[in-house]
Amino acid sequence: MAVTESSTKVVLGGTRGGPDVATLRQDRWWLQPVVTVSVLTAFVIYSTWAAFQNKYYYVGANVHRDLISPFYSPCLASNCVPGSKVGFAFSGWALSPALLILIFPLGFRLTCYYYRRSYYRAFWWSPPACAVSDAHASYTGETRFPLIMQNLHRYFFFAGLIFNTLLTYDAIRAFHQPGLGWGVTVGTIVLLVNAALLWLYSLSCHACRHLCGGQVKSFSKHPIRYRFWKFLTPLNAKHMNFAWASLIFVALTDVYVRLVASGVFSDYKIF
Amino acid sequence: MADVTMRIWRGDASGGDFENYSIEQNEGEVVLDVIHRIQATEAPDLACRWNCKAGKCGSCAAEINGKPRLMCMTRMDQLPEGPVTVTPMKTFPIIRDLVTDVSFNFEQAKKVPALLPPPMPEGGYIMFQEDVERGQEFRKCIECFMCQDVCHVIRDHEANKLHYSGPRFFIRYAELEMHPLDMNDRRDLVREEMGLGYCNITKCCTEVCPEHIKITDNAIIPLKERVVDAHYDPVAWLGRKIRRKTKTSAADAAVQPAP
Repeated sequence: MAVTESSTKVVLGGTRGGPDVATLRQDRWWLQPVVTVSVLTAFVIYSTWAAFQNKYYYVGANVHRDLISPFYSPCLASNCVPGSKVGFAFSGWALSPALLILIFPLGFRLTCYYYRRSYYRAFWWSPPACAVSDAHASYTGETRFPLIMQNLHRYFFFAGLIFNTLLTYDAIRAFHQPGLGWGVTVGTIVLLVNAALLWLYSLSCHACRHLCGGQVKSFSKHPIRYRFWKFLTPLNAKHMNFAWASLIFVALTDVYVRLVASGVFSDYKIF
Repeated sequence: MADVTMRIWRGDASGGDFENYSIEQNEGEVVLDVIHRIQATEAPDLACRWNCKAGKCGSCAAEINGKPRLMCMTRMDQLPEGPVTVTPMKTFPIIRDLVTDVSFNFEQAKKVPALLPPPMPEGGYIMFQEDVERGQEFRKCIECFMCQDVCHVIRDHEANKLHYSGPRFFIRYAELEMHPLDMNDRRDLVREEMGLGYCNITKCCTEVCPEHIKITDNAIIPLKERVVDAHYDPVAWLGRKIRRKTKTSAADAAVQPAP
């Protein structure tokens, strides 16, 4: 029986056409969720493992290098290895220093509009793909706790900018090799590309586009903000690409630093 | 060319089932051409809604092989080999065969508070090109309602129709919120009454839009960010307090301006 709400004429419960099946799609709609689950799960497993390792995250002056893994920068604990510490340090922190900072980049990615799309589809099946039935009997979206916290995305974006600045500083500092002077190594390029991809990911963020110019009603009254918005809009269109590229490269950067720090191979000096 | 098998949903509110039609298919034809041939040769009582046959009226929206598409813009030779399944849009109640009752959308349209401009200044209103261009994308909407159809918030959860406008109307709200001559503030309205928070930005609306409107990136997410400005940003709250600016309540925003 149809039910109505007094304030609206929307009528619920009308018979729908078509068969009562989850989907009639014949294409490989499941491929995208499978890829998303595989890559994100692999990243979460690797980054969790790396964060708890608490070693091989810094290549220091003993081999004439200054390379730090992005998972451990800024190294804020008093137990950081010599040379990796920034000026400020938490004394008495006995766990891995990565655990002090990773909540910020993790929060930025968790609340990111692109990643939300991806994990709602791939992990939560809400829905797994377009025109494929939602796996849940009821749905309240982002209107209640905890998902209402997705609205904090812009604060993680601000924190992300601080991290990007520090990682850029790390990359530039890496070009000065202790005892050798300025030079370029594979490690410096890896750190630089990592920082560049993180900047592209942050600048293409929807919250960034909104705060820089999207929030105004009239572009003509805010010409400078309009210019920012126009600059960021094409970047925003590639937000997905930057999200994946930066995610994969930040893990690869940690792998590179870890392999050099553990002595598997040395950081090749280009010039 | 060879015949093609069309699996078409036949029925009404009392029930229905697929019927198969083996029918001739000619080079360059779209799904609507084949549906018309079935009407002309085998099933004159087959109901389907159509009008322009040029992808501009939105009438012939249906689900082809399970995906919302315009029948007049879907070429037969671009579909995979095998039977072609055509069903009515799933989100709306069926009237008959491929025709659905889309009046849910008209009820939502009535709720959108119209543009609220300031009094006409001497010399008339002036709008600059950059402001005109911003809303132009949203004006391309042909109201095929495929974005509404594919949106899982109402496709899979009927009860949400009572408090969710859907992507087609979020682009209308976004257009009005971005209009430099509009004085209304609909942020509370879209959050509290129109269910913007129900959207979990899975971008299906953008994927199916035949006008390629970037519904999620250019309308829904900017609206969500405006709601964050109004409700979840203490810095913005402080700014409003210092500048003594107030938000418009959902009830006040919902009042239609006098014509």
